[in-house]
Formats: sequence, C-alpha cells, structure tokens
Amino acid sequence: MNKFLVPILCVVAAVGLVVSTWLVFYGSPLQYTIDGESGRLVGTSLFFNQKIFYFHVAHAFVLFAAVGVAGISSIFYLKNRNPKWDDIAAGTTDVAVAFGAAVLATGIIWAKAAWDVWWQWEPRLTMSLLLWLILVGYALVRKFAGPSADRVAAGMAIFGMFGVPFIYTMVGADSHPGSGKNGVVATLDPAMRPAMWITVATFMLWFVLLIIVRVQGTRAERELRELRERALDLGVLE
Amino acid sequence: MLGHAFRIAWKDLRIEVRSKEIFMTMAFFGALLVVIYSFAFPADAAAVRGSVPGILWVSLAFTGTIALGRAFDRERENDTMRALLLSPVPRLSVFIGKAIAMTVLILGVAVIVVPLLALWLNAPLFDYPLELAAIVATGALGIAVVGSVFAATLLKARSRDVLLPVVLYPILLPLFVAGTKGTAALVQVHPNLEIAHYWMSFLGIYDAAFLVLSLWIFESLVIE
Repeated sequence: MNKFLVPILCVVAAVGLVVSTWLVFYGSPLQYTIDGESGRLVGTSLFFNQKIFYFHVAHAFVLFAAVGVAGISSIFYLKNRNPKWDDIAAGTTDVAVAFGAAVLATGIIWAKAAWDVWWQWEPRLTMSLLLWLILVGYALVRKFAGPSADRVAAGMAIFGMFGVPFIYTMVGADSHPGSGKNGVVATLDPAMRPAMWITVATFMLWFVLLIIVRVQGTRAERELRELRERALDLGVLE
Repeated sequence: MLGHAFRIAWKDLRIEVRSKEIFMTMAFFGALLVVIYSFAFPADAAAVRGSVPGILWVSLAFTGTIALGRAFDRERENDTMRALLLSPVPRLSVFIGKAIAMTVLILGVAVIVVPLLALWLNAPLFDYPLELAAIVATGALGIAVVGSVFAATLLKARSRDVLLPVVLYPILLPLFVAGTKGTAALVQVHPNLEIAHYWMSFLGIYDAAFLVLSLWIFESLVIE
C-alpha cells in the first residue's frame, strides 16, 4: 500500500471534520414545527439536540457498512484462507465496535430529547443495538477463543450479516422516525442535506482510514506471531 | 447423504437413550428454571399471560445451549469428532446428523418444560396445541442448526462453554424474539392467530435461510 495514503486520508478527514462540523452548526437550518391547534412544539422540535442527528446518522451508516464489510471479507477468508481477508474483518469489527458505541450513545441522547426517555425500543435503535451486539460478540470471540478464533469469528460475521434482513423484518413493523419514502432522510429539509451527506462522507472516510490503520496493526501482529513461531521451530528463540 | 445423516443422528440419540445424561440433566435444569421463574414473576393470571412466552423461550435458550455444549463435549473427550470427520461420509451428513439429534433433544426438553409451565403457572399454553407445537418445533430446529455449526467450530477453542452463548445469542436473537412474540399471540387474552402465523412463517424462513447457510459454510468452518 502506498505510504502516502494514510497521511493524505488523515488530512482529508481532518478537513472534512472541520467542514462538516461547521456545516452542521452554521450551514443548516434549525428545524422545528409548531402544532397549529395546541401551539406546542411537535415533530422534530428538538432545537439544538437535532444537531446530534448528523453525527448519529453518519455513525449508523458506518455501523451498517461494517457488518457488511466484515461478513463479506469473512466469506472470502473461509473460501480461500488468505489471512489478508481475516485481517480486514478483524480490523473492521474493532473499529465498528467503537462507532456502534457512538451510535448508541448519540441515540440515547436523542431519545431523551425527543421522547423524554433514555431508551426507546424504537426499530432503528433496536437494530443498531443488535448489530452492535454481534460485533461485540465477534470481538470477544477473537480475543478469547484461542487458536480457532479466526474460524469461529468468521462464521459469526457471516451469520450475523445474513441475520440482518431478519432483524430488520423483526423490528421494522412500526418505525417511529420512518423509513423509505416518508422517512427522515427522504423528507429531510433540502437545506439540511449538504450538511448531512458531507458528515456521512466524512465519517465514512474517517472509518476507512481507521480500518486501514487497524488492519495494518492486525497484520503486523499476525506476522510477528508467525515469525515467532517459526523462530521457535528453528530453535532460535527459547 | 441423508441416510448417513440419519445414521449419525441415530448414533447420538442411542448414546443418549442409554446414558440419559443430557436429557435428564437438561429436563431437571429446565424444571428448576420454571420453578425459579414461578417465584420471580407475579403469579396472577394477567401477568402470567404476559410473562409465560418469555419464560418458555429463555428456558429453551438456556437448556439448548448447555445441551449443545455437552453433546459436542462428548465428541471431544475421546477425540471422536476427528473420527467422525474422517469417516467416509460427506461432512454435511455429520452436520445434518448432529442437527437432527440436537433438535430431538431440545424438543424433548420442551416436552417437559411446556406442561410444567402450564401446571405451575396455570398458563393457557394448551389452548392452541398445534400452533404452539409448530412454533416450538421451528424454534428448536433453528437453535439446533445454528448451534451445531458453532458448537462444532468451538470444539477446540479455549473457554468454549462461555463463548457458545456469546456467539449464539446475538445470531439467534431474531429467533427468540419471533418465538416469544408468536407464543405471546397464542396465550394473550384474545389470541391472535394471524400474528401467530406471521411469526411462524418468520421462523420457518429463518430456519430455511440459516440451514442453507450452515450447509454452505459448515465444511469450511469445521476443518479438523
């Protein structure tokens, strides 16, 4: 891999973070609606709390992407046993556990502001939680399963990925923020769109960057382990 | 291939019939769970209708995981898993055989747990016996299929007893939720067969999808 890739991505992600933060706070309107009859604020009347929406959605996109990346690279790993794919799956999951924690934390803050409870079993929050649990399980298996950890973890990533449609059907019956044509994303105020998509793109980039660094780390760890084993076999190391 | 699978399932079940180890301990464990839940949850009729689906599925989940762990431990102790994998049958037969045997075992536990729930908690579980049987059977099949894949993969892993539920429960969550909701639709005050059928077909599709996936992935997961 090109040695300039990581520094360049770092710079782009840093610029993107500044731009998207500026856009979120200054470049997008504060959306609220007032109910005509009661005169009360309804709908997305979250005032400043709605700013968390941009970061929440961006992290959620990343979380969903991570499950796919880990699942697909695990399939490749099981099919051709090239440890490269295992490194990618492991690195992605490591990073995605952190991003998933951010999704849940921002989701909890959002829920408190929007529905006045810290946790609502709202479909997408539920789905994020379930996907995050799969990723955490994956990380635990990798850490504690010993020699066969790679296979167990790969199986878990694949089964987890194929479980996503079931989780979606299971929780998707009565979605509150809405999905599809009437969803938050589709009915978003056009003025809010640039901020949202730039935030999403920035965090995707940031995610890719972290994965690259993390994969390099897991690869180095594996190579060191293999080298050590070879040295032990040859009797160079005690 | 199916013939070999049935032979392997029959071998497992015959060991079980002779030793009765897993079935006896699991059934007793399931009964104990029901007793604990009977004390843990309020016992008035309305509350029981609300809590009994959860009790049933949590009991199945717990007993199922422990049965899976023990059944595969048995193959590990004398290194007979290697013998099974080396035997001149397709590996898929080994998997199918194991899954069949596990389904029968989990169903056996369910046959003990469900009447006990009805007896001790006065739960109206037998109002729709066929529907309930279908939901429990599809659920047991799903647990057995996914469970067999991972119990076999974890066979040589460190701390496999702890890791089996760690791996299984996140993957089986849709199954448990569907089973609980389907059962709830049958035991609520006004049973809703339409919802029960919806979750039944959900379970059926879940089983089919994960069976295909397991058949596809088993050979590359269980290599030794």
